[in-house]
Amino acid sequence: MDPLLLARWQFGITTVYHFIFVPITLGLSVLVAIMQTFYYKTGNETYKRMTLFWGKLFVILFTLGVVTGIVQEFQFGMNWSGYSRFVGDIFGIPLAIEALTAFFIESTFIGLWLFGWNKLSKGLHLMCIWLVAFASNLSAVWILIANSWMQVPVGYVLRNDRAELADFIAILLNERAMAQIPHTIIAGFVTGGFFVLGLSAWNLLHKHRPEEFRRSFRIALVFTAIASLAAATTGHKQAQDTVKLQPMKLAAMEGLWETESPAGMSLFAIHDRENMTSRRELRIPYVLSILAHNNLTAEVTGMRELQAEFEERHGPGDYIPPVTVVYWSFRAMIGLGTVFILFSIWGMINWWRERIDNNRLYLRIALVMLFMPFIANTSGWIVAEMGRQPWVVYGLLLTEDGVSPIVSATSVWISMISFTIVYGLLAAAGFYLVHRFARPQRPGDPPADESSDDLSGAHAY
Amino acid sequence: MDLNTIWFLLIAILFIGYFFLEGFDFGVGILMPFVSEDDTDRRVVINSIGPYWDGNEVWLITAGGAMFAAFPHWYATLFSGFYLPLLLILLALILRAVGFEFRGKLAAKGWRRTADNFIFWGSLLPSVLWGVAFANIVRGVPIGADMYYTGGFFNLLNPYALLGGLVSLLIFTLHGAVFLSLRTTGSIRDRAHKIASRIWLPSLVVMIVFAGLGYVQTDLHAQLGIVPGTMPLLAACSYIAIAVFLKMRLDGWAFASTSLTIVFGAAVIFTGMFPRVMLSSTDPAYHLTIYNASSSPLTLRIMLFVALIFVPIVLGYQGWSYYVFRKRLTRESIPSH
Ligand code: HDD
Ligand code: HEM
Ligand code: HEM
Repeated sequence: MDPLLLARWQFGITTVYHFIFVPITLGLSVLVAIMQTFYYKTGNETYKRMTLFWGKLFVILFTLGVVTGIVQEFQFGMNWSGYSRFVGDIFGIPLAIEALTAFFIESTFIGLWLFGWNKLSKGLHLMCIWLVAFASNLSAVWILIANSWMQVPVGYVLRNDRAELADFIAILLNERAMAQIPHTIIAGFVTGGFFVLGLSAWNLLHKHRPEEFRRSFRIALVFTAIASLAAATTGHKQAQDTVKLQPMKLAAMEGLWETESPAGMSLFAIHDRENMTSRRELRIPYVLSILAHNNLTAEVTGMRELQAEFEERHGPGDYIPPVTVVYWSFRAMIGLGTVFILFSIWGMINWWRERIDNNRLYLRIALVMLFMPFIANTSGWIVAEMGRQPWVVYGLLLTEDGVSPIVSATSVWISMISFTIVYGLLAAAGFYLVHRFARPQRPGDPPADESSDDLSGAHAY
Repeated sequence: MDLNTIWFLLIAILFIGYFFLEGFDFGVGILMPFVSEDDTDRRVVINSIGPYWDGNEVWLITAGGAMFAAFPHWYATLFSGFYLPLLLILLALILRAVGFEFRGKLAAKGWRRTADNFIFWGSLLPSVLWGVAFANIVRGVPIGADMYYTGGFFNLLNPYALLGGLVSLLIFTLHGAVFLSLRTTGSIRDRAHKIASRIWLPSLVVMIVFAGLGYVQTDLHAQLGIVPGTMPLLAACSYIAIAVFLKMRLDGWAFASTSLTIVFGAAVIFTGMFPRVMLSSTDPAYHLTIYNASSSPLTLRIMLFVALIFVPIVLGYQGWSYYVFRKRLTRESIPSH
């Protein structure tokens, strides 16, 4: 296989894997901080147990986020050195600032939080977890500023065969970033929310420590309901930006070959990339025009016309992203997004009718829902990253020009296989631990927690 | 001093900080099997670096990010060229971190033994490989006109570089041993102290050979002069001080001395490189320097501004965390199991 394809696969695998744990960190850190705040305010021991319980799961998953992140930091240089030379002047800045402002806080204060239960005053200790939550989300902000710039390059000049910084503020205030940051962070909240919701539901089903898990469930439900609504609204905003900023991507997301006004929204289609057309398409008229422009009859440009435009500007080539993957990933995300909203509303209704514990159907589904945000996240990123193809920096640098020219296919194979194996083992170990600690205990079960000190000891290891 | 020089200095500081900090937690990881008799000992050892290792590692991540921002060509050439060693370092760091975090979660023997192996090998491999990498950087590797590395994996395994790997392994181990004797009590402390005293002399011999070989294999002498300058002298003095303080059982002072040895030793390497960041053995014209590998002045200026604000803040709270956990660890502080 050629090194380009391998490098892309490797980047896809490692990044998607990193982004399994990242959203959990974004959401769960905040939830744990909220629980500990309740403990701080009320002194109620139930909240302390909740903090410890969720904190322990948080640390397991956080660790996996950290270790997979280290790979991310260096693989631009390893596999994408052409890209690194081209963008370093700009792209390096947010990366370095992220490490300096966010990772240092995160890594130092997680240590203080874990080991500081008996060493710090209650208030300082609470501050530590809030700082971890703050820094996690701050790190998302910086990395997304970097990513947004690849999507929509701004504030640069082309000089010395590369993109050089012209306007730092423009990069910080990139229109793309303004939409992507809230949507991604909120997606993290949805993920963390469903995590707590699902595992609480599982324990409630088995009437295991009901007091504790009922409270966790309620906190998570409110959190998830708000976040799910916000995910949809911010996602909608992002789609409207994409119409403007990356019209080709939007056309691919909608499988729209011809320019149309009014444009209909496609619900199902089989794409024929060769002939630039779709078969068996099911469409609702007007809807895409409304979604894209808040206007019943607005024009939405199709891929045929955009391809011609790109050829005129950049020379002959295939500028159409992999339509089918992008199209269906987008549908997976918005489909799930809608389900999340409905599901949290249903949960609210149950709560209002005081039927949280005895609506077993709801609790069972909640356990399954736990896994869905991961699919939504991954689909969202596939839309964002594959919809950008064939560009690695949209309109400026083709993916094929970004890959390291000297790295052999053998080297990439070696690294891809070893990462895949190691990541697979980590996933298994992480899943096993979370499952073991989170599963409902029945009377007579051996204690799940053999590490004896429940985190609140002076020693976490 | 121009911006490019300042940035070279800052990146040198980040790497030196990394070697100084992660150096001791690598050493602790390597020594864990040798200073512990039972599981409780091992837990004391791991807890001695428990709150720190992640924060220490971020020095590396920041060094990588800063290199990317300030010298993108250095970042691109180095990591695409040293591909497989870097891969090994990354895999080792992954397994090590997971070893620390997951070890205590289950009591099963096999689980803990696996974690111990991850911690040991995950600390040992990077300790060697960072030495190999930096020895290669100062020695020079084949780099072409397009700034790309043109050698293969085995070019990196020359005797000088391997000796460099041995030096970093030994010095980190020594640093870790002294750290352990500073942070623990009783038998662990004694064993760590004994190991430190024992490896001091052999390490000295290796370092002298390495320094001697450096005169032949690199152009360090052209940079530093035949009579070594202040940096190497300071490194030598602090190395000797280690032995003195070990004898006097002044753990804190001994730790300060190993720290200074690493700081000055690494500083020698960086002064030797300056103003180049990667040396080409193909043709001196192809050296990557702080000028041809750098970002634009605007980027360097903005990043300098950011660094000047945030580096002191980071130092502040990291220092605080060392202060919070300043008490020695005892076996009694580890709960049973
Ligand atoms: C729980 C996760 C989740 C949920 C429920 C949603 N999204 Fe999303 N979406 C993401 C998680 C995500 C993400 C993983 O965070 C992405 C990838 C890149 C990004 O910025 O966020 C994303 C990207 C993303 C993009 C960017 C594609 C691009 O132009 O690059 C659009 C247009 C949407 N989303 C739209 C939506 C809409 C209309 C939703 C309505 C329900 C929605 N998302 C729900
Ligand atoms: C700031 C964050 C990110 C940056 C800077 C980034 C950058 C890149 C780069 C350089 C590539 C390789 C070129 C290419 O094949 O397109 C890539 C590809 C890819 N990225 Fe991202 N990415 C980021 C976030 C993510 C996340 C979080 C995910 C998923 C969870 C993701 C998923 C992918 C996938 C699936 C590919 C492969 C695309 C393909 O082969 O067509 N990315 N990204
Ligand atoms: C492809 C580009 C990416 C790079 C280079 C990268 C780099 C890193 C690194 C080096 C770490 C470890 C930090 C530590 O040791 O404490 C990390 C963890 C983390 N990253 Fe990424 N990352 C990328 C993508 C993303 C994205 C897209 C997000 C969020 C939207 C994100 C959010 C986080 C967070 C919150 C952590 C904390 C640890 C955790 O989540 O478990 N990263 N990342």
